[in-house]
Amino acid sequence: MARRVLMGNTAVAEAVRLAGVQVVTAYPITPQTVIVERIAEMVERGELKARYIRVESEHSALALVYGAAAGGARAFTATSSHGLLYMYEMLWWVAGSRLPIVMAVVTRSIGPPWGLHSDHHDALTVRDTGWIIGFASSVQEAFDMTLQAFKISEDRRVMLPAMVALEGFTLSHTAEPVEMPDEKSVSEWLPPREPLPFKIEPGKAFAVGNTGPDEVTMELKWLAWRAMERSRFVIRETDLEYAKRFGLRSYGGLVEDVYAKGSDYVVVAMGAWCGDLKEAVEKLRGEGYRVGLLRIRYFRPFPWEELREVSQNAKAVLVIDRAVSIGHRGILGLEVSSAIGDRVPVKNVIAGIGGVDTGPEDFYSIVKTFIEEYESGSIEGWSIPEWYMPWMGVVSK
Amino acid sequence: MREFLILSRGGQGGVMASRILASAAVLEGLWAQAIPEFGPERRGAIVKSYLRVSDAPIARHSSVRRPEGVAVFSSKILELIDISKLAPGSVPVLVNAAKKPELVDRDVYYIDATSIALKLGLVIAGWPLVNTAMASAMARVFGIAGLESIVRALGEYFRGKLLEANTEAVRIAWDSVMR
Repeated sequence: MARRVLMGNTAVAEAVRLAGVQVVTAYPITPQTVIVERIAEMVERGELKARYIRVESEHSALALVYGAAAGGARAFTATSSHGLLYMYEMLWWVAGSRLPIVMAVVTRSIGPPWGLHSDHHDALTVRDTGWIIGFASSVQEAFDMTLQAFKISEDRRVMLPAMVALEGFTLSHTAEPVEMPDEKSVSEWLPPREPLPFKIEPGKAFAVGNTGPDEVTMELKWLAWRAMERSRFVIRETDLEYAKRFGLRSYGGLVEDVYAKGSDYVVVAMGAWCGDLKEAVEKLRGEGYRVGLLRIRYFRPFPWEELREVSQNAKAVLVIDRAVSIGHRGILGLEVSSAIGDRVPVKNVIAGIGGVDTGPEDFYSIVKTFIEEYESGSIEGWSIPEWYMPWMGVVSK
Repeated sequence: MREFLILSRGGQGGVMASRILASAAVLEGLWAQAIPEFGPERRGAIVKSYLRVSDAPIARHSSVRRPEGVAVFSSKILELIDISKLAPGSVPVLVNAAKKPELVDRDVYYIDATSIALKLGLVIAGWPLVNTAMASAMARVFGIAGLESIVRALGEYFRGKLLEANTEAVRIAWDSVMR
């Protein structure tokens, strides 16, 4: 086990190297670019024996790994923001063809205006495509989640592509200590990919993505849905197995529970700022507030069972969102409400859009306000989201 | 947890300095985090880098709002931004300058890191690379890590002649901080 100080992007590249990826496609976009640059250096030095292919667009970056995975290879690519949007069509093709592929999405806001910093709009915009979507909250987790993504994605019970979202700059360019297992123990745990569910090769006639009757279209969708349901178990199992095998921590499967179970107030959030939120929650607990954090690690499959369980005896739930569906609520807020139903009031706060810096003091104020509102009787049932914009002088509705 | 701020110009290596210090702290068994605050800037623009060091895992990822020490990689930066807005009160400041900068009501340390870099030929595209000398001076002034840890940390980032020159810069800087 080596302990090194790595940036999030470098940690993802290290996970790709340890996974023995065979095909990598590269198209640069900030803040992802460092991932494919590091991989290029690894290939150049002979540390990773992969075909490294520079392509002319993100659409082609995904189309090419689609072909590579259909040919039986373990394949990887990475992108951000507009790059992910440009891949949109191919995202459906890859997932619909049930091909295991891992892609890092270094989250970055979507224009206009052009911005480099993170929110969650890019990764959440592709939620219906059939990809597994995980959100890391530290550099260590970005590493662990990338490595585990290969295992989960290629599992016979799953066979779906997996996306690892890590926040631009906040994780991608931030250096933190990372514990990494060695190459040999990783290759024992993650042997070369078995070319399942099918393999296209020269000389064998085989059709992928052919036309089909309506019933087949529906059946394939149902099969992908079932596989995603099964992935819940595979994700939980992989999290535990990985922790045990490499002496690293288990995060808790689809969610990480930080005092949430049994608390009166449950805060739900996702991504790197959960560390800041955790500090705020700990401070409030120190002041006697019965509040906990449920961090969503996987957005797809969505952890509705965990949410229902944790919120069962809660008085109210607060969802802090880094993406909004204009015309409705925050995207995570919507998902949490749909999982919990009307059993518990769910307040939704939108914050940190475009990368707006949100620290422990902000979360302390957001969470404390929520608890006070509930206790004074002003939170019931459905509410429109609040926008946390302290520079405007108010938290505006 | 201890938090520091580095103000540098794009090209001076402020981000690398925070990484070297993070590595040195981790070598001493601590936890650390180095965060760059990039905008769409290029060479010459003012870049903020944050450093956190702690004896426990660091949860937060937001910017450093109340640093306990600030390093300024070019004295010209002091003419461009109001340091009291970034580090109010008596927060000590370490400046790369040939003579002591005039800042009232706070501890001011200075080091001629530019001369150290020039003497050792640490120049890229016309920019003296003051980051390793400044990292060493920061470690000394703010008590972030020991000299030998900084030297060891350099090995994670440099090789060959560059490693030699930077090691020399770190050793010279350790004993060149003035007050």
